[in-house]
Amino acid sequence: MIKIQASQVYREFQVKNHAGAKEKLVVLDDFNLQVREGEFLSVLGPSGCGKSTFLNILAGLDQHDGGQILVDGDPIKDRSFDRGLVFQGYALLPWRTVLENLEVGLEIRNVPKKERKEIAQRYLSLVGLSAFANQYPHQLSGGMRQRVSIARVLAYQPDLLLMDEPFAALDAQTRETLQLELIRIWEADKKTIVFITHSIDEAILLSDRVAVMTARPGKVKEIIDIALPRPRTEEVRNSPEFAQIRQYAWNLIKDEVVKAQGLQLQAEQIRETGKAGGSLIRLQQKIKEVVLGG
Amino acid sequence: MKKLADFFSSSLEKTIGLLLFIALWELAPRAGWVESTYLSPPSVVAKALLALFKSGALSKHLAISLQRALIGMVIAVTFGTVLGLFIGYFKRIEGFLDSLFQSFRQMSAFALFPVFILLFGVGELSKTIIIFWASLWPILLNTINGVKNVDKLQVQSVKSMGASQGFIFLKVILPAAAPDIFTGIRLGGSYCVMALVAAEMIGATAGLGYLILYSQETFNIPDMYAGIVGLAIMGLAINYVLRLIEKFFTSWKQGASIGE
Repeated sequence: MIKIQASQVYREFQVKNHAGAKEKLVVLDDFNLQVREGEFLSVLGPSGCGKSTFLNILAGLDQHDGGQILVDGDPIKDRSFDRGLVFQGYALLPWRTVLENLEVGLEIRNVPKKERKEIAQRYLSLVGLSAFANQYPHQLSGGMRQRVSIARVLAYQPDLLLMDEPFAALDAQTRETLQLELIRIWEADKKTIVFITHSIDEAILLSDRVAVMTARPGKVKEIIDIALPRPRTEEVRNSPEFAQIRQYAWNLIKDEVVKAQGLQLQAEQIRETGKAGGSLIRLQQKIKEVVLGG
Repeated sequence: MKKLADFFSSSLEKTIGLLLFIALWELAPRAGWVESTYLSPPSVVAKALLALFKSGALSKHLAISLQRALIGMVIAVTFGTVLGLFIGYFKRIEGFLDSLFQSFRQMSAFALFPVFILLFGVGELSKTIIIFWASLWPILLNTINGVKNVDKLQVQSVKSMGASQGFIFLKVILPAAAPDIFTGIRLGGSYCVMALVAAEMIGATAGLGYLILYSQETFNIPDMYAGIVGLAIMGLAINYVLRLIEKFFTSWKQGASIGE
């Protein structure tokens, strides 16, 4: 079963360049991707490649200018299906307690109050935060907040889970714990997840398939099948298969990161010195930061 | 016992400046540093205040002042928050009106008072309008700002869950802007008291502002200071009540660390 069918998606933005004139920025061009029902698919790409734009279109926060996106066979524009979005920045409502935050999606859907509370409590215990039900978000650590925000979308029981680099702002230990927790939660009820990341390791560890994107204008360069066994645990990171896939993915994405960073560096250098020049070492450092850092 | 001692030492810390000031105020006319005819010491002022209270004059003036302040504030709060929410929500309108509002805000209510008197006479109407004008701008501009600065992610996350515009407005924008709105209202509260005094000094026959000016004109200096003290107490009380209301609506912020 195909959940999402994106064909030849095109998206451009009007931006102002340094001179203040309007310029067309093509973010997605000829973007093709199929997401299967119940799969965990990661979209991996260099920064600025348009992966978040694609996710925002899926989330109904942005529109595409060309091509077609079908969700369950219907065009995305005509249909409001239930989707839940998890951001890097948590996006919790600070004036609501943890439990009340979990209830937001259900409130939107007019679920009766009592039922709302029960569902919220169930999902809160799923992420192990029952003891914090009546705390406010500012009283929690970053990792706990992201757990709440994941529990919030789960409580909403969406058809489709969209995650935009949800762990990028967390420290390494918390990130690893949450990755494993997400695996556990997903393996329990197999909801379709589209997961945006720029970390190769994260993509391989979590996903059934990884779509590697090109530099802007973004399209899918190749899809890697992750044939690692499930249920996955942290040991899988140390397996030779993992290393093999990692190497393969790295080779795929390397050129794209160079391209993407090159575009950026060039622009920076032109701004700074007035002419384009190469600083290879700086470039390589940046690539390492971007790809291996996450 | 220790708690009680802590309470006293912490209240002493907070009020030490005030106590020193009162002591100095008492001392200065008594020691002959200033003419006691022009500066009544606080003990005399307290006596005058008590006498005014006993004769019922104080409560009469206070009631009228409070009534004026309240009417002006209620209109300003209603008008300022409703209009501010509307303008902040439709960002484009804000662009059109920004320069107009900025110049209006700079226009002192006192400078406009003669205009209000010309247009609306010296009666209650022009008094209400000057109070309204003075307290409106901080409320309006803070509300607009609060709505404009709502975290975009919060709006997007509920939007992605299919929230209606009404839900977004009532359940996200309004509570998110509430702290800014209340800051505006408290600012408006202190501007309101300032404008009130000015309004009561022109063409009024009652009110604390009138009491102050009238006592000065009839050379009843202790009563003049009593009026000033009464006014300060009223201002403090208004601020305290507004703070209580603010606390009630933004109780979630308690203990939120700065920079969250």
